[in-house]
Amino acid sequence: MASLRELSQKEVLFTGGHRLCAGCPAPIVVKQALLAAPRAPIIVQPTCCLEISSAVFPYTAWKTPYYHNAFENAAAVASGIEAAVKALKKRGKLDAGKDYYIICIGGDGGTYDIGFQALSGMLERGHRVLYICYDNGAYMNTGIQRSGATPYGAWTTTSHVGEAQKGKQQHRKDLAWIAAAHGAYVANASLHNWRDFMRKVEKALNYEGSSFINIQAPCPRGWRFPENMTVEIARLGTETCFYPLFEVEDRGQKWVINYTPKNKLPITEYLKPQGRFAHFFQKDNEYLIEEFQAEVDRRWEHLQRLAKMSAE
Amino acid sequence: MRKTIGLTGDGAAAEAMRQIDPDVVAAYPITPQTEIVERFAEFVAEGSVRTELVAVESEHSAMSACCGSSAAGARTITCTSSQGLALMHEVLYIAAGNRHPIVLINVNRTLSAPINIHNDQSDSLGSRDCGWIQLYCEGAQEVYDTVIQAVRIAEDPAVLLPVMVCLDGFVVSHNVEPINVLDDQEVKDFVGEFRPAYSLLDTENPVCLGNLTLPEYFFEHKYSQAYALEQSKGVIESVDQEFGAKFGRSYGIVEGYRLEDAEIAIVTLGSMVGTARAVTDELRSQGVKAGVLKIRCYRPFPIDEVVAALKNIKAAAVMEKALSPGAPGPAVFSDVLGALYHKGVHVNLISYVAGLGGRDVPARSIRRVYEHLEKIASSGRVDRILNYLDLRGWQ
Ligand SMILES: Cc1ncc(C[n+]2csc(CCOP(=O)(O)OP(=O)(O)O)c2C)c(N)n1
Repeated sequence: MASLRELSQKEVLFTGGHRLCAGCPAPIVVKQALLAAPRAPIIVQPTCCLEISSAVFPYTAWKTPYYHNAFENAAAVASGIEAAVKALKKRGKLDAGKDYYIICIGGDGGTYDIGFQALSGMLERGHRVLYICYDNGAYMNTGIQRSGATPYGAWTTTSHVGEAQKGKQQHRKDLAWIAAAHGAYVANASLHNWRDFMRKVEKALNYEGSSFINIQAPCPRGWRFPENMTVEIARLGTETCFYPLFEVEDRGQKWVINYTPKNKLPITEYLKPQGRFAHFFQKDNEYLIEEFQAEVDRRWEHLQRLAKMSAE
Repeated sequence: MRKTIGLTGDGAAAEAMRQIDPDVVAAYPITPQTEIVERFAEFVAEGSVRTELVAVESEHSAMSACCGSSAAGARTITCTSSQGLALMHEVLYIAAGNRHPIVLINVNRTLSAPINIHNDQSDSLGSRDCGWIQLYCEGAQEVYDTVIQAVRIAEDPAVLLPVMVCLDGFVVSHNVEPINVLDDQEVKDFVGEFRPAYSLLDTENPVCLGNLTLPEYFFEHKYSQAYALEQSKGVIESVDQEFGAKFGRSYGIVEGYRLEDAEIAIVTLGSMVGTARAVTDELRSQGVKAGVLKIRCYRPFPIDEVVAALKNIKAAAVMEKALSPGAPGPAVFSDVLGALYHKGVHVNLISYVAGLGGRDVPARSIRRVYEHLEKIASSGRVDRILNYLDLRGWQ
């Protein structure tokens, strides 16, 4: 991977002047991903915050080819682009020796939920595409509605907190696990650890097949925390093992944990600064914290077991 | 070498696709289109095409992949029917709005519910406002010829719009006809190279496609797209004429059959045209001045041609295989009526919805439509505008 000095001299193919909120994680993710790419990639985006804020006609923040089509089909659109690369290389219309890097960047709604089928199709067919999900755990673009990635108990505008119900009733879908079952290169990353994420992007882009990277992307508006805490919240997500850093190789066989906290923090450290979990700390609601912690532990132990098994 | 062989409508479409040898095909099986994608997959397996076939997991993804591939500068074809076209619906608008010259072969089948695999035109007529060019074929030879023409029309720099080539399910798709197949080289020469104005793969000259476009610009974008569709008629015509000059077959935008001195006429599209021609011949031999107007190009709607063909007709019936529930009349009927109004021409016009869900439309039924028209022509009075052919219990 390039050194920090080299990276500082590399042109970032995403400019300022976009309309994303202060403290938004998306441009941080984009900048890191673009810097990690060996050369200008082709970006495909489903409808989401990043899309509607970065490419408002007649402007664009992208200095690299960019295509948005619809909400649920970025992976299918990218499949078509990759098929075109193969076809045009076969006919000598493109330099067969040149690599074309295709990167989808989608929100969790367009990835876990409505775009899940297209993603699964792309991963199963093995198109050489890197799909990055900037996982802000809700449909932020339409105003903070719950998604398959929203954590248990979280307040959203479709999982309210009231007498009869305390936020989202279900735990998050474990998408990395599902993606790994397709045999793709899969990684979990977090924006506070840029070095880890960029290494994974570089690896994915050089992988002869599909890859999927889920990156933790705390959203100040949706999660209800101050704009200057985006990176800190991400760090806490990883230090509590709510959002562990790992990667899966060898067609789902080899699970590697990239970071193990010396001192696994209690989940309250992660929950407390976020307004979406405020009700967790109200009277008689301790069970929400317990349930949340138990699920974090269960998944973390499971991950450790998988890593241990593949190391044996 | 040109040769005449027996092919079904689906087989003829697949054969045209083989000769076009597109860069990318992304498709999904559905009756009665399946034979096209299956046959094409055989061509891929035997190596007679160099196409990248993306066997996607749904039609929504098929059209999405086609958009991606077309935006990347690859010549792109797909095919579907019915539920598949309905599932693509969202992306059909996007393909047209982003000006992707994709060719889609739609084998007409009805839409659920109730589920039914048989022919009518509800699927593509229901997609009439998506911004695609729509060409309806009468038989398998026309399917073969039109698929080849469609590539040229779509990619014409003045057009850059997707083209839907429609053929009636089973009636055309599964019936074997003698098809005159052109020489491979002739087809290659006719379609030529796809020279896209831009490509997503050109990283030195990046393009940004599919932007959020707010009220300040949206209307102008949509109008320019609609304008291109209107103007495409000239290209559809000239490509057809060039095809005719080279290969001896052309079809026109519309075709009037025995209309010159006709007093009554049926206006229709797809395979019903053929049956109507046969009935017309029979009526003519009995001294009835009957004729047929075939609408081959339905989008853009050929206002001038339709009105010119009908202006001296005393009574005409528009026959189509689709309902527009709750509308003042079904789609094609309403369009013909609108065209007449545009030109200030009055014709006694009625509608016949026929053949829904694969109900046969035999000659004897079409004869009854002509009888109805004769009554209107002689009385000068339209008794009923909306009619349903061979619908049990309807009177
Ligand atoms: C078929 C369809 N359904 C719904 C929408 C409305 N919509 C646009 S973006 C979006 C949510 C995006 O959420 P996510 O993918 O999580 O990305 P985020 O905005 O949170 O970054 C929704 C519901 C749409 N554009 N298309």
